[in-house]
Amino acid sequence: MFDALLDNKLLAAIVVIVAVPLVLIGYILLVEAVLRRAPRRWAPGLRPWLWLAPALTFLGVFLVYPTIATIIRSFQNRRGNDFVGLDNYAWFFSQNDTLIALRNNVLWVILLPLLVVGLGLLVAVLVDRVRYESTVKSIIFLPLAISFVAAAVIWRFMYELDPNIGTMNAIVTAAGGDPVAWLIEQPWNNLFLILVGVWLLTGFAMVILSAGLKGISAELLEAARVDGANELQVFRRIVLPLLAPTIAVVATTVIIYALKTFDVVYTMTNGNFDTNVIANLMYQELFVGGQPGRSAAIAVILFLAIVPVMYVNIQRFRQQEAIR
Amino acid sequence: MEERTIRWRRTAGLIAAIALIAAACGGGGGSAEPAESTAPGASAASAEPGASAEPGASEATGGFACEELGGEVTVYATWTGAEQDNFDAMMAPWLECTGTTMNYTGQRDLAGALTAAIAGGNLPDVAGLPGPGLMQQWYADGTLLPLDFVDFAAYEAATPPGFAALGKAPDGKLAGIFTKGAVKGLIWYNTGVWTGGAPASWDELKTAAAAALTGDEKTWCIGVESGGDSGWPGTDWIEDIVLRQAGTAVYDGWVAGTTPWTDPAIKAAFQEFGTAVENAYGGSDYVNATAFGKAANPMFTDPPGCLFHHQASFITTFFESEAGATADQFDFFPFPDIDPANSGVTGGGDLFGMFNDTPQAQSMIQYLLTPEAQQIWVEKGGFISANKNVPLEAYPDEVSRKSAEILANAETFRFDAGDLMPSALSAAFFDAIVSYVDNPAELDAILADLEAESVDSRQQ
Repeated sequence: MFDALLDNKLLAAIVVIVAVPLVLIGYILLVEAVLRRAPRRWAPGLRPWLWLAPALTFLGVFLVYPTIATIIRSFQNRRGNDFVGLDNYAWFFSQNDTLIALRNNVLWVILLPLLVVGLGLLVAVLVDRVRYESTVKSIIFLPLAISFVAAAVIWRFMYELDPNIGTMNAIVTAAGGDPVAWLIEQPWNNLFLILVGVWLLTGFAMVILSAGLKGISAELLEAARVDGANELQVFRRIVLPLLAPTIAVVATTVIIYALKTFDVVYTMTNGNFDTNVIANLMYQELFVGGQPGRSAAIAVILFLAIVPVMYVNIQRFRQQEAIR
Repeated sequence: MEERTIRWRRTAGLIAAIALIAAACGGGGGSAEPAESTAPGASAASAEPGASAEPGASEATGGFACEELGGEVTVYATWTGAEQDNFDAMMAPWLECTGTTMNYTGQRDLAGALTAAIAGGNLPDVAGLPGPGLMQQWYADGTLLPLDFVDFAAYEAATPPGFAALGKAPDGKLAGIFTKGAVKGLIWYNTGVWTGGAPASWDELKTAAAAALTGDEKTWCIGVESGGDSGWPGTDWIEDIVLRQAGTAVYDGWVAGTTPWTDPAIKAAFQEFGTAVENAYGGSDYVNATAFGKAANPMFTDPPGCLFHHQASFITTFFESEAGATADQFDFFPFPDIDPANSGVTGGGDLFGMFNDTPQAQSMIQYLLTPEAQQIWVEKGGFISANKNVPLEAYPDEVSRKSAEILANAETFRFDAGDLMPSALSAAFFDAIVSYVDNPAELDAILADLEAESVDSRQQ
């Protein structure tokens, strides 16, 4: 019966849209009914937990349990029937190609935020007071609407060796040079992959930084100029410090993107020519290599690498909340 | 058309896949593609061949008898678009006579789709399998079911020597069946450029080619780019060379892991391929950056950029679509013997297996094995039957007829080695080709890495 229901997708959709809120409302009514009957002394302490219970359950099932299961799996062998201690981690740190992936991720983590925040800030500041600001910002923002995979496909054509197809090589040959195999030339190919990410994310950084820029009061800047500061000094001494929290938020977000990067590498080189990254390695180990244990170990390493960044992000957020 | 095409389709379909992903997000699920042939009357196109698939029409197939089954069968395979239409046409007589409904899903990334389906416990009844390696793995896991109901003796007698047995699991039970076969190691040429016929040996080919070269022309056109599977066209080269240079014993040992990658015979095969790359149009970066489907384009330019292109039979589609060549402009000869004592044919095939044991699934497997069913697709083109009982006259063009003939008459047939190796090793083999083309001086290190991967990937 349940199968038949699922087969009728429209019916299933309606059931989900209607039934899920109904169940939640029913749950809340039930909780209140229970609390009315509960001893008066307990009710205030119990209420938040009962209200939170559905959310905590979802969090537990879909986030906490998989995380713990992945950590456990990372200490197990290929088939998952025996514990092998730290073997999977030892493997990760002893292979040539995993270390290259690690190196490339470091490159991504350094270069992507640097270029994205730098270019985003540059554009935000430069177009801040010009007439065609919204046009420029729209154009730079546009790539953000494209998925990483689609962007990677587009850039595969851009980097194509045949100058009749590849825009980059069309430019190079028009200038009299020989076509360059952009995705093969090491170590520069990593930079060319990162540039795809930059192309995508600069718009994101620009929009947020531009909003931050607009939030700086004009009187402050005016006062600095009256005191004789030139534009560069205004930017360095006033704008930059005031923008620092925003820059930090954008940078940490981009760093997380860089750590998780997968689509661009998978689509453009699949890690060939020394361009592999950790997330693609994780995919390859699981889906190509059939090594769930190693794949889980890589996932845990990636998780551990992201935790400090998340921590900084949350700290920043708390500080800002405290200021308000 | 054969194993390799699965890979190119996976890549070539990337753009389409993106669109599909977007559509699927809205459509809500795996079986978004409708099985057109399930509608009554959709089988009009195949009405004629359908007549030959009547119950009891076949003696060579051992066991397919049409009976009213009703119900439904879910099927995953790689075919989409025109190939899906051909598959539908092949299935139409069976659907009609059994009254079964087929829920077909074309999955370009079949390995990924089936891995996900297995993990999720939501398995198709019958599925195309990405290769013998994963077939063995899934059979060992117990997800793929034995095909005890197939008359193996009859099936084996109808296929090239050693072919049917590749579908067997170590316990001797049949886990997968071949419907489509493929011949690899064909050497293609432009009929307007190369008029020397088929060289008797590899050495003769090299000397004749050297003598025929004019201007900037090169001997070979090679391109190994194929998205996530870049490198595979080179693995076919290595396999052809190993089989013909070192023989079946080395080849089988290499597949099984008993002949190490660092063995001089394997190294010699890489070096022979390296010599071909040195004599290839455009140089090593061009070889690595050029999609295999476009690799042969310079063969058809004027003046031509190269004499020969090494690829399996499916490549003719690309000659026509990418290079704009017409059918009279190209022909092939089989890869010549390197050592006369070691002649042989390498090839591949598309496997089918069963994940749920239902009467419909059993009947469908039986039906797929019949020459009558396979003939339907053979006549539509792009399909070389693994079954010798499909008449050669059924092939619509000379290239597929010649390929079918090579397959049917092969005395020594060896399956694509990369597809028989553990999937991690097979993927490493692809990458190794790319690395070797990029940096031939590193050959020893590349082979040592492959050997380490070989040992590692065979451990449980």
